Amino acid sequence: MNTGSPRFFSDLAKTVLVGNRTYTIWMLALIAVSMLGLNAFSRQLAHGLYTTGMGDEVSWGLYISNFAFLVGMAAAAVMMVIPAYVFKDEEIHKVVIFTELWAVAALIMCLLFVTADIGRPDRLWHMFPVIGVFNWPMSMLTWDVLVLNGYLFLNLYVCGYVLYKKYTGQKLVARHYVPIVFLAIAWAPLIHTITAFLFQGLGARPFWHSGLIAPRFLASAFSAGPAFIILVFKIMEHFKCCTIHEKVIAKIRVIVTVSLLVNLLLFGSELFTELYSGSEHSIHLSFLLGFHGESVLAPWIWSAVVLNIIAAIILLLPVRENPRFLNVACVMIVVGIWVEKGLGFVISGFIPTPLGDFVQYQPSLNELTVCFGIFAFGLLIYTALLKIAVPIINGQLCHRKNHN
Amino acid sequence: MSTEDQKNLGLKNEDQQEPVISRRYFLAGTACLSVATAVSLSPLLNAEEVPSGDDFIQKHYKELSDEEKKEIFARLEARIDKQYGVSTSISDPQPMDGVEFAYVLNLGRCIGCRKCVYACMKENNQSRSPQKQYIRVLKMKKGTINLETSSHDYPEKEASSEDFFYMPVSCQQCREPKCIEVCPVKATWKEKDGIVVVDYNWCIGCRYCEAACPYHARRFNFAKPQLPAEELNPDMGYLSNRPRYMGVMEKCTFCLHKTRRGEYPACMEVCPTGARKFGNIRDPESEVRKIIEQERVFVLKQEVGTLPKFYYTFAK
Ligand code: SF4
Ligand code: SF4
Repeated sequence: MNTGSPRFFSDLAKTVLVGNRTYTIWMLALIAVSMLGLNAFSRQLAHGLYTTGMGDEVSWGLYISNFAFLVGMAAAAVMMVIPAYVFKDEEIHKVVIFTELWAVAALIMCLLFVTADIGRPDRLWHMFPVIGVFNWPMSMLTWDVLVLNGYLFLNLYVCGYVLYKKYTGQKLVARHYVPIVFLAIAWAPLIHTITAFLFQGLGARPFWHSGLIAPRFLASAFSAGPAFIILVFKIMEHFKCCTIHEKVIAKIRVIVTVSLLVNLLLFGSELFTELYSGSEHSIHLSFLLGFHGESVLAPWIWSAVVLNIIAAIILLLPVRENPRFLNVACVMIVVGIWVEKGLGFVISGFIPTPLGDFVQYQPSLNELTVCFGIFAFGLLIYTALLKIAVPIINGQLCHRKNHN
Repeated sequence: MSTEDQKNLGLKNEDQQEPVISRRYFLAGTACLSVATAVSLSPLLNAEEVPSGDDFIQKHYKELSDEEKKEIFARLEARIDKQYGVSTSISDPQPMDGVEFAYVLNLGRCIGCRKCVYACMKENNQSRSPQKQYIRVLKMKKGTINLETSSHDYPEKEASSEDFFYMPVSCQQCREPKCIEVCPVKATWKEKDGIVVVDYNWCIGCRYCEAACPYHARRFNFAKPQLPAEELNPDMGYLSNRPRYMGVMEKCTFCLHKTRRGEYPACMEVCPTGARKFGNIRDPESEVRKIIEQERVFVLKQEVGTLPKFYYTFAK
């Protein structure tokens, strides 16, 4: 038996390229949307960020919102990795790789969103250590670049190692990858904490300048991420890609529930401090909630709060055992947290401006297209990764099998 | 692996056939994808600004040798000449020893006429479309200093009203500038004379500094700056008012191309009421130093700890 590496890649390519009808249509649709996104991004490169809805008042918009949300989704993989590796939960261990692959896809989207947000992507090399000027450790953004790329690398390594070994039918050697898994466990909360620090370290923006931001980021991520994973598992089952053990879903559900409750608690605590004291500090929040003149964000944020509360109620009642209700609750959580973090957190930090100017932000069509393109591209990558990973983990795609 | 193993994994896959892929299908797919990519990228053909090779590899301002600076300035001058038909000279005055600039603004005198806003725009070659202004004059009800109820886009006729006072705000040239701490590439820094500048050729346009500034003092070129040739100010400084690029940050530089030669900034020269005073805070004889020592001055948002060198006072 040779090392199997040339075959490895050609086998993977074949697996990704060939699939049943549903798969082909899904992938073609994702490619089409990604292309539309690329087209919109080219337009943005050609005419500047003027093609977005951002301005000097609201100077970060949907790109950074999605970035903050997706960093959380990537970090959330750890909530499956911990039970799998630390508490040695066998059922979860079997499927943990699917969540690690999700972290990879989410991180790729994060990096794309940052690139889309930058005014001069041609100068990105200015940020590379050695050839550029890297303002480390002063700038939190440089920290974020380091931890995000590090986390991407760790996850790629673990996934690549496990899949390759399973494919070649070799035994997994614990000391070759388990230490990396543990490093990734420590690393995951870091990526989201540092992303929170990007915002909470800014004294100029009272809305973000709160010690609760990082814990809230983590709590919301640890509920939205696993909720999304439940949905992915359900979809995979629906299309008969594989069966996931009921126990796994039940365990993830507990994680989602606890995190959601913690998130609601932290949110409530912040709401109380800001609104009860009625200090100047609270102006962003009262504007966001629509108490301070007309706000385009208000209907969004109220729906997010309602979605999260209903989801929490579903998860606490016995109906949670009903797969339909569980699915609905998971969708509510993912959408609710996306709104809360993206629109509610990032954008409201800019309204009003430090000089008290209330300027509304409405993303442009081009900007939305770029966002959809990046999401489609991320899902494209994730689907392709799953397409490879499922048969390998199942033992259907392996080196030996193709040769005998 | 056997079916036994599969059961243990708890996974089953019903789609078991060996993947097959024909050469034709593969080639056709690749061709379609390339065409689609090319079409998607086509808006790049109309790009409004394409960096030249020299622009692309240009180093950080502080790493440039005198020779390299000379070359770069000549290149920029030629480009401006070609684009605007105006011959210019780009200067690069250095901070003077023993000089630290400060500003004092007398709110008791300011009438909110906004002449400074436009003089600044002309002096500093800001984009006219979309319009970029460094100075924002806030109209405030007497009896409060509440930024949230102030307005900056009041109609002309509401200037010099008895019921309001007017507070111009621009970059406060902080001693502890939050904007430069956060920049991931050190494209913005504080010079020896206290002026915070931006290297327009090094900024990557992340806008982190804009989020970090407590005074809304930074301006970003979301669009390609538009400036009619006849309005171009040919007296240019490399770190101040030379024409900017699309996608980079800019801000007030205390008109360093003037002030480092001993002139006053444009906003002060134009002010009809004498509300503005500018000078060297390290010189005990300077007007600004005397006002700061003898009158009651305050800084805006002292609580954010940026230690501005822009002082306000309510005097006669
Ligand atoms: S006012 Fe803003 S831009 Fe100016 S130095 Fe201070 S923090 Fe920086
Ligand atoms: S926009 Fe430019 S100057 Fe501002 S932080 Fe980013 S790279 Fe630095």
